[in-house]
Amino acid sequence: MRKLLWGLPLLAALALILLLGRGLELDPREVDSPLVGKPAPDFASVRLDSGAATTLEALRGEVTLLNVWASWCVACMQEHPLLNDLSRSGQVRIVGLNYKDAQADATRWLARHGDPYAWSVVDRDGRIGIDYGVYGVPETFVLDRAGVIRAKRIGPITPDYLSQQLLPLVAELQAEPTRP
Amino acid sequence: MGGFGLGAAGHLALAFAFVLAAVQALAGGLGLWRRNAALVALASQAAVASFVVIACAFALLTVAFVQHDFSVLYVANHSNLGLPLAYRIAAVWGGHEGSLLLWALMLAGWNLAVAATLRSRALDVSAGVLATMGAVGFGFLWFMLGTSNPFERHFPAPADGRDLNPLLQDPGLIFHPPMLYMGYVGFSVAFAFAVTALLQGRLDAAWVRWVRPWTNAAWVFLTLGIALGSWWAYNELGWGGWWFWDPVENASFMPWLVGTALIHSLAVTEKRGQLAHWSLLLAIAAFSLSLLGTFLVRSGVLVSVHAFASDPARGVFILAFFAATVGISLTLFAARAHRIQLAAEPLRLASKEGLLLLNNLLLTVAAASVLLGTLYPLLVDSLGLPKPSVGPPWFNATFVPLTVPLLVLCALGFFVPWRRWQAAPLKRHLPGLLVAAALLAGLLSFISRGGHGPLALFALACGALTLLAALWSLVRRIRLRQGLPRGWLGMTIAHAGLGVFALGVGLVSTADIERDIALAPGESVTLAGFEWRLLELDVVDGPNYRADRGTLQVRREGELLATLYPEKRLYHSQPNNPMTESAVDVGILRDLYVSLGEPLGAQRWSLRVYYKPFIRWVWGGSVLMALGGLLALTDRRYYSRRRVPLAAAAAPARAG
Repeated sequence: MRKLLWGLPLLAALALILLLGRGLELDPREVDSPLVGKPAPDFASVRLDSGAATTLEALRGEVTLLNVWASWCVACMQEHPLLNDLSRSGQVRIVGLNYKDAQADATRWLARHGDPYAWSVVDRDGRIGIDYGVYGVPETFVLDRAGVIRAKRIGPITPDYLSQQLLPLVAELQAEPTRP
Repeated sequence: MGGFGLGAAGHLALAFAFVLAAVQALAGGLGLWRRNAALVALASQAAVASFVVIACAFALLTVAFVQHDFSVLYVANHSNLGLPLAYRIAAVWGGHEGSLLLWALMLAGWNLAVAATLRSRALDVSAGVLATMGAVGFGFLWFMLGTSNPFERHFPAPADGRDLNPLLQDPGLIFHPPMLYMGYVGFSVAFAFAVTALLQGRLDAAWVRWVRPWTNAAWVFLTLGIALGSWWAYNELGWGGWWFWDPVENASFMPWLVGTALIHSLAVTEKRGQLAHWSLLLAIAAFSLSLLGTFLVRSGVLVSVHAFASDPARGVFILAFFAATVGISLTLFAARAHRIQLAAEPLRLASKEGLLLLNNLLLTVAAASVLLGTLYPLLVDSLGLPKPSVGPPWFNATFVPLTVPLLVLCALGFFVPWRRWQAAPLKRHLPGLLVAAALLAGLLSFISRGGHGPLALFALACGALTLLAALWSLVRRIRLRQGLPRGWLGMTIAHAGLGVFALGVGLVSTADIERDIALAPGESVTLAGFEWRLLELDVVDGPNYRADRGTLQVRREGELLATLYPEKRLYHSQPNNPMTESAVDVGILRDLYVSLGEPLGAQRWSLRVYYKPFIRWVWGGSVLMALGGLLALTDRRYYSRRRVPLAAAAAPARAG
């Protein structure tokens, strides 16, 4: 029994190593979301800019990037210039999901860093985030015209990811005929 | 063509260092086994040689940067023709491969220092320490050569490089990583001593006196490194924040917390012969957490602002290195620690050592909570649970309740003697100090214009109590002419620093004011009693960037306090990524901080202005802590010629 006690730190360390090893297999940026291929979960909330009510319905009819962001999120600053450029290019509509944020902070953040979003959906307490399985901010969901999630990116969008995966997928989806 | 020679020479030097590390580990190990002085001497010489060789490699990479040798891939990726000389030199460690080379250089430096001072030590201790340090160096160089060679070449060499990440072009970068790495790597010395003690199944007073200054030295560097990083983030990220609970910050904070616990448990082991096994465990943990930090930063397991180059292959390698280090040392602990028996009395809670035990508990729990919070996303992901995120609010909520009792313990520690509880000194000094602390907290709260609630005031008073207890002990000791040994003086200064730090954190996190405003030249706004006036906007050219620059004047009651020049820089290499260069007027009682936001058209700009009360106390306190640690490690008793016989594993001296 006493012997076991001396080995306790070793056991704890082994558990930690196993966890870290498992972590290596999972790429935090490319976890397959069980939601891919399924309709995006519905939500009822308000818009950050106007405070008007908004639901998932507003996202339908156009290929859309749903980008989860927050003013407290340091990594969001990394991808933000890319989103601004993308929005300016008009290639695809970007809608924000403002996650666990205070309204004043969020509005200020957009004024300061530029607002690439057609509009932002307020998710003050993170409920919508739970439905969408938000893992860390930023995250980006690609929704097709029918409102089905077609891809998900965890972590900041990089120029490589944008040009090699995201934009081709968007073009492909935009070329799809509208489903009845 | 000189480039080819330069890169090849650097690569060769690293390969040579790799061999030397293997020689050191093997010669040390065999020397320990065979009790062979010649082998131990060989290990010591290998330590010296490997330092020389790695220093050469480092110098070669620096020369490659200075000469714009873009045939070296790493140089091409982290520099360009327009980069100023100082940043070209700092760029040597501005990326993954180069920062590993810096790590290796630091390790070689500690290795050299230990080897040089081991001469006066018993043969088996020298052998064990050299073998362990050699093995660590071997594993590290293997990692570097295998996955992250800074001297990789490519031809034809490009005409110009990609430039150093503009975020890193700041004086803070020049010093922050070296300090941090010195701290990380410095814990390898305490680790090596712990492994040696376990190998021998023996730990004595001499051992503790050897480990303490080394641990202090590593801790001092780590403290300064973390403080510099915080200061850099404050200046460079343009958010006015000084701590973000980012995984990489946490990675440096965990070894710091455990290292702090180690310093205190070693004090108990030295004075009372208690907590020896615990000290061994902490010594192993401090270095292991340093490695874990490296793993977290380099492997891309966690998403972080610092993750400059994540690569799964590197992750596997570091994890293997981490597993080997932790696995071997803790297996040794499981098998041998029970052999180490000190003739110590059982530890009584109501005594200084009892307070220090509580301190260790709190610090360890704090480190564990940081570890849990950092790994939480990974944990829930592996278990397939829903994925909530753990942000700064979580850390603040778990951390503050742990640190406030630490402050109280620290204040009490000045009045509670070793071995037994004495009520008299507490009764005599504590009431007056409590009143003074409450007054000081109230006064500072008033100066900061915080309007604090009772809980915040209580936390502030605890910080003030620590500071005042330290100062009061100092005054009393001088008055009573009890002498000021450096160990005691350093301890007291460090704890005064802790008080200053706690006050700074408490005040700036509760009383700061920030506001976003839009101004055109000639307009002004009033914030926190200061009048901020935008005078003009112009465009200035730097060596490798062009910037919009605002000129602001800050006045109070008409008196000009500061003229500030915040900038928004566009580096030529990254035209899509404007960098915010904030401008700060520094003061002991408050900082005035302004950063430039976005142009709003018609000469109007959005600006973010901050009033940051007592923010300097955060770093000032950290510097005091480091200063105290530095002073303590120069205490004469660590360097006395009087040799404590090693064979006699008796209870440590009961001095002090």
